[in-house]
Amino acid sequence: MPPAKSITVTVRFLARYAEVVGREALSVTASAPATVESVLSQLGAVLPSAGALPPKPLCARNFRQVRGNEPLLDGDELALLPPMAGG
Amino acid sequence: MPFLTEHRLVADDLAAEVAAADRGATVTFVGVVRDHHAGRAVQRLDYSAYPQMAESECEAIVAEARRRWPVAVALRHRVGQLAIGDAAVAIVVAAAHRDVAFEACRFVIDEVKRRVPIWKKEYYADGSVAWVDPTAVGGTVPAKAPDA
Repeated sequence: MPPAKSITVTVRFLARYAEVVGREALSVTASAPATVESVLSQLGAVLPSAGALPPKPLCARNFRQVRGNEPLLDGDELALLPPMAGG
Repeated sequence: MPFLTEHRLVADDLAAEVAAADRGATVTFVGVVRDHHAGRAVQRLDYSAYPQMAESECEAIVAEARRRWPVAVALRHRVGQLAIGDAAVAIVVAAAHRDVAFEACRFVIDEVKRRVPIWKKEYYADGSVAWVDPTAVGGTVPAKAPDA
């Protein structure tokens, strides 16, 4: 089977970031191969309010914190996390 | 047992989970909601989490503590609306002797604060609201009011 030309990921906005963009999640289609950074760079085009987010937020792929060069696959959940403030 | 809970934390309940005849030391840490932050009077807090990741990070922290020290660990963190004086996080570490229990307890709370995706929104006496952000100047970022 040939590799997919595009992937669809769920981008999830947590806590303050959900307030900033006005929603908690968004489905984003990106050309493959995709990384955290490549999907983040496309966010502003589909969700203008995402322009108010920090350019390099903490990110988690499928519930594990990752760097910007982490590859993303179809069906992944990419979460944008404000700085942790528990405890 | 989930690590996140909407119910009141009772440290004695956690202590019972880790008590054993060969564990002679029990160290408890309870983080409590303060009535002030950065010079402002706080009336209450809302804790929110990224639940699935928070659960897996807490599980990993407890597992790591148990690998590093011969300890038993009970950990819970509140989510939802908390009042001044409510326990937000409770950790009980039991071990044969006190040194490792203190070390492991310190490790667990430090790691919880560093890597568990939990956030708090502070409601101040003057009616304003802010998200706590340890990386921001002043430690907070203004938030939308609940009815905004």
